[in-house]
Amino acid sequence: MTATAPPKAPRRRRIRPRGVTVTAALALLLGAVVVVALGVGDYPLAPGDVVATLLGGGPPGAEFIVMELRLPRVLLGCAVGAAFAMSGAVFQSLTRNPLGSPDIIGFTVGSASGGIAVIMVFGGGAAQIATGAIGGGLLTGLAMYLLAYRGGVHGIRLVLVGIGISAMLEALNAFLLSRAEVNKAQSASAWLVGSLNGRGWEHLRPLTAALVVLVPCAALLARNLRMLELGDTTATALGIPVERSRLALMTVGVGLTAVATATAGPVAFIALAAPQLAKRLTRAPGPNLPAAALMGAVLLSVSDVAAQRLLAPTQLPVGVMTGVVGGLYLGWLMLTEWRAGRA
Amino acid sequence: MPEPENRLAARGLTVGYDRRTVIEDLDLDIPDGSITVIVGPNGCGKSTLLHTLARVLKPRSGSVLLDGEDIARLPSKEVARRLGLLTQQPVTPDAITVGDLVSRGRHPHRRLLRGWSAEDEEAVNRALAATDTEDLADRAVDELSGGQRQRVWLAMLLAQDTPIMLLDEPTTFLDIAHQIDMLDLCATLHRDRTRTLVMVLHDLNHACRYATHLIALKDGAVVAQGPPGEIVTPALIEDVFGLPCQVIPDPVTATPLIVPLSRSHDTTPTA
Repeated sequence: MTATAPPKAPRRRRIRPRGVTVTAALALLLGAVVVVALGVGDYPLAPGDVVATLLGGGPPGAEFIVMELRLPRVLLGCAVGAAFAMSGAVFQSLTRNPLGSPDIIGFTVGSASGGIAVIMVFGGGAAQIATGAIGGGLLTGLAMYLLAYRGGVHGIRLVLVGIGISAMLEALNAFLLSRAEVNKAQSASAWLVGSLNGRGWEHLRPLTAALVVLVPCAALLARNLRMLELGDTTATALGIPVERSRLALMTVGVGLTAVATATAGPVAFIALAAPQLAKRLTRAPGPNLPAAALMGAVLLSVSDVAAQRLLAPTQLPVGVMTGVVGGLYLGWLMLTEWRAGRA
Repeated sequence: MPEPENRLAARGLTVGYDRRTVIEDLDLDIPDGSITVIVGPNGCGKSTLLHTLARVLKPRSGSVLLDGEDIARLPSKEVARRLGLLTQQPVTPDAITVGDLVSRGRHPHRRLLRGWSAEDEEAVNRALAATDTEDLADRAVDELSGGQRQRVWLAMLLAQDTPIMLLDEPTTFLDIAHQIDMLDLCATLHRDRTRTLVMVLHDLNHACRYATHLIALKDGAVVAQGPPGEIVTPALIEDVFGLPCQVIPDPVTATPLIVPLSRSHDTTPTA
């Protein structure tokens, strides 16, 4: 049969041109968004001036504004958005369900609980809140793994257990806030919305350090994640250590959400929406981590610019913007999932 | 029990779910180069056995031996280079194309940081050609008919390029013509190369026609095994399935053809 087949030009079936194009386009878009974000504000700069400033030239005085005031915040937005989106992509792929994202299944709320608890108990500087958020996220992840585990952790189980845990943690958060002194409750509430206001280089450094570890881990595990989408049985038959891979992926996913939450607070819906939007554009199976990460960075950066400028000089927290847009998206998603009989 | 001569064997295998034991202390040898078909009534442990052989299920005790080594102790990728499984209801990832799906069969042959090799590409093309799915390569798997989809999954198993292939009811959900297509395809694979195929089949007549080695399983134990022509008798079928029948030579292949009688021993068909 193969002997008689006409010679064919070798074709690499694994490379999907559309996926590559979309990823490249998203990268360009992100670059443009960054330049615009660096230019807007009380001291507006033309895109050309922004680029010149980044390259070391630019108008006098621009360097301080761009490099010291705006760049850390913009980079932080990109990094937080990308981290949430990658975490969302990992969990949606693991649960094989678009609703299986960390902000729906409790990890983000768990990180928030950790953050609030620290604010309540210690008053909370940035570093303590971050530690609390990461601890809360990891504890939630551990609790969910144990509760959902029954000879293995399966998609819909994880989603359902997660929604339950999420509701309980919301109640806990509300309780904590109701017991707090007014000023602590206020600072906790502000943190809970999710915001990049007042973030600088000192917030970017620990986040970058965490991402330098987590992102390569996610990239290495991505191939196994793609194989897990074939179901546990087929994945096992193809030589994937299923339960070990899943535990590793959950750990990385929880880590990504936790460090992002630690930095910016529980910014709503990026983890839910970005991977799905990326998927719709690439039209490819699999978690599509690069496309999802870029989409998350774009969404959060655009939302942050909008949050800063929409009611300027009043600065909205970015979580308000993502919450408004993401809430609509969630409604639409629930409706289509319900129609498809999956949720 | 002596050391197995065959590449795939089981020794003292006990498998169960929760408190229920499905297979107890089973010894089994799969003859190399055979088409081994496992038959038996619903719930007799056929699929359980197949999944245990593929180390998807872990036995409570005993072991599956692959080339004389306990399969549980071998690295999982190493096992996947020697033994492949087509499960009964595989999960199709959203939006996946046929080419992409079949390519995933190459996973056990790939190294962590090495890209897609010419060898991988060749194996995928060979698998698509053998299953006549080349023209479908760019189509989404979701859009295919049941028969096409089953051929695509078989192509993925072929791309895995294992000397031993396990298939769990590969003809379920197919109409009769596609069932025969599928089984003919398996028989071709078997003739082309000296692969060993192990299948679970529901249809006894298909089993008798395509098997070179038949294993009749009842309550998790082997009742009879051997070439269908030698072991299939009305007594065996009555014992295993509780079904009275006549066995006549298949007019096409001369293999045993099972003609069921009514369970109430009333041979006149009821309306």
